Amino acid sequence: MITTALYIAVGTVGLAQVLAMVRLLRGPHVGDRILALDTMVINAIALIILAGMTSGTQLYFESAMIIAMLGFVSTVALCRFVLRGDITE
Amino acid sequence: MTTLPFITELVVSVLLLIGASFTLAGSLGLLKLSGAMSRIHAPTLAATLGVGSLLLASIVYSFATGMPSLHEMLVMAFLFVTAPITANFIAKVHLHRSRDVADLHQPPTDKIWATHSDT
Repeated sequence: MITTALYIAVGTVGLAQVLAMVRLLRGPHVGDRILALDTMVINAIALIILAGMTSGTQLYFESAMIIAMLGFVSTVALCRFVLRGDITE
Repeated sequence: MTTLPFITELVVSVLLLIGASFTLAGSLGLLKLSGAMSRIHAPTLAATLGVGSLLLASIVYSFATGMPSLHEMLVMAFLFVTAPITANFIAKVHLHRSRDVADLHQPPTDKIWATHSDT
């Protein structure tokens, strides 16, 4: 039962990733694109967790943690660049 | 895959399906909602409830299979802390983009929004 649920979850999260990518390509303004990138990072974290459950190792959670941190920092950096024209000041 | 008690399999499967459907709902809202400001709140749902449920399923599964780990709690705590900050920054970008101050509604206490104070 868990295997079936894992396959369904991977398909659903993959579909969510594709939808976020459509918004990233279509987004009328830069704020929508930043938001779509942030959503794609979160969906990627979900996919990594599912991959970790499928393979049964603990290694995947380290990479999920790193991607969560990188996603947050990159989103903040993009927003700072739009807001101030400078990232570090 | 080892055989688990039925109730454990049920809990893990239901948590997985809940997390996956909330993640899909977040991206669907991001795609379908009209208006930049209303689009912000859908992915926050995916970040908290969606990934939270998936991590909870992973924790239950790791305890059930005899390799208990709580690393997932770190990812969950980090996402829960950073999701409001990200949403706030993106809302600021949307405020900043509509340069005409007359388009925005009046802020509750101050005279002008903070992103417009310079120019």
